[in-house]
Amino acid sequence: MSDTATLRASLLDLIRRTSSDLPPDIRAALREGRDKEAHGSRALVALDIIDCNIAEAADEAAPICQDTGMIKFYVHHPIGYDTLDFEDAARAAVAEATEIGYLRKNSVDSITGKNTGNNLGPGTPLFHFQAWRKNEVDVRLVLKGGGCENVGAQYSLPMELPEIGKKAGRDLEGVKLAILHAIWKAQGKGCAPGYLGVCIGGDRASGLDVAKEQLLRVVGDTNPDPTLAALEEECCRIANGLGVGPMGWGGDTTMLGVKIAARNRLPASFFVSVSYACWAHRRRGAVLDPATNAISRWLYETADETLPH
Amino acid sequence: MAQVKITTPVDEATIRSLKAGDEVLISGIVYTGRDAVHKYLAGGGTLPEGVDLSGGIIYHCGPVVVEKTENGQRTFQVTAAGPTTSIREEPYQADILAKFGVRGVIGKGGMGLKTLDACREHGAVYLHAVGGAAQVYADAIKGVEGVYLEEFGSPEAIWVLRVEDFPAIVTMDSHGESLHEVIQSASLDNLKAALAAV
Repeated sequence: MSDTATLRASLLDLIRRTSSDLPPDIRAALREGRDKEAHGSRALVALDIIDCNIAEAADEAAPICQDTGMIKFYVHHPIGYDTLDFEDAARAAVAEATEIGYLRKNSVDSITGKNTGNNLGPGTPLFHFQAWRKNEVDVRLVLKGGGCENVGAQYSLPMELPEIGKKAGRDLEGVKLAILHAIWKAQGKGCAPGYLGVCIGGDRASGLDVAKEQLLRVVGDTNPDPTLAALEEECCRIANGLGVGPMGWGGDTTMLGVKIAARNRLPASFFVSVSYACWAHRRRGAVLDPATNAISRWLYETADETLPH
Repeated sequence: MAQVKITTPVDEATIRSLKAGDEVLISGIVYTGRDAVHKYLAGGGTLPEGVDLSGGIIYHCGPVVVEKTENGQRTFQVTAAGPTTSIREEPYQADILAKFGVRGVIGKGGMGLKTLDACREHGAVYLHAVGGAAQVYADAIKGVEGVYLEEFGSPEAIWVLRVEDFPAIVTMDSHGESLHEVIQSASLDNLKAALAAV
């Protein structure tokens, strides 16, 4: 097999696993939530159904959710690696995965409303490339559905939050208010329990990009910045005390994790950008040998794996 | 939380006995319908012959259906069938409940005041399924009895699905109670209390 054919096969395998086999850290967090919910509660009804669904999708290599989402590849590669070849191989793998049924036909022309039928089109799939000095290719894939994408938010501080009766100012307290407001506002509509990525700062575009990138982190990792680590913990704890619960039916499992990054901002801007992932947070990854493009190992194989980023 | 089994067609008394928060297991026939079907029916479109929504349940769902032809006969198998977001049908749902005698709507995310009022007036409920659980719901579908309005495209057509013990939660009942409103308001109180405690 040529390198391109191998790359296409590796990426098809990555798409199959991402769509059908939820990563172990998300599974563990859902299980932990399930253990805490009361017997006979609506929360438990929802989490039991979710649990069955996860097992069945993995067994049958079938999509966990029929909305197989926006397809985004995050790639770290050695200097000199051909990213244009990578894009071609990824597009071919996406079209093939659509034909097999790992992915739903999900790419719609925004002007004509016509579905392209193979998930390919302007802006689909998405790529993020970054060179590094390691001699390996690190590919991560996120499939993010429309329901949760629609409850994402961006706050420009200072900002009045009339429902809470407070103003979110340009400080960490204001950031916390914005994050909790977004979680409250989402209720169950993003298919709670959710997983939250947040970026403090940046400009509007980079803020939302970095917020979504935080979703690549595993539930159990600890933010190296102790201020952000404390904020993550506090936001998650308060969120789980709101009583929103799975699907917004009530209960103690509202957020599986909150992951926050900070980027420098202009003196005049202060954005808090929030990316909400549903319980079916489909993200997988693999390391490829840059010489052959074969998968040398899978990422996200254990719940507590620490990953570069 | 009560668990109630209902079978279609459902009568008004059964629907009126359901309360927001109850768990139901639905058996019988449900009809899928999403954006195109709702727009068509609310705009004066007629129901195809063979579709009787009286006492029936509409499912906001665009199923993934595998079609085969055997001896000239089309056969269908549903491979993924989770609920889609219901609020998009808010402009149409109340009219459709009134006009066709629909007793239940299955979807996700809940609906608005207009639908809640129509549920109270005409005796109907909103049934919330678990978003994302495409495989579990495909399992509860035991057969495809027919398909209508295919000109809207496969996900937008009316699929006539025979279901058994299809699980959902009543989140909007026929007495004006909405679990969505209750939880939104209670969770706001909890948030304010948590912020005050810090």
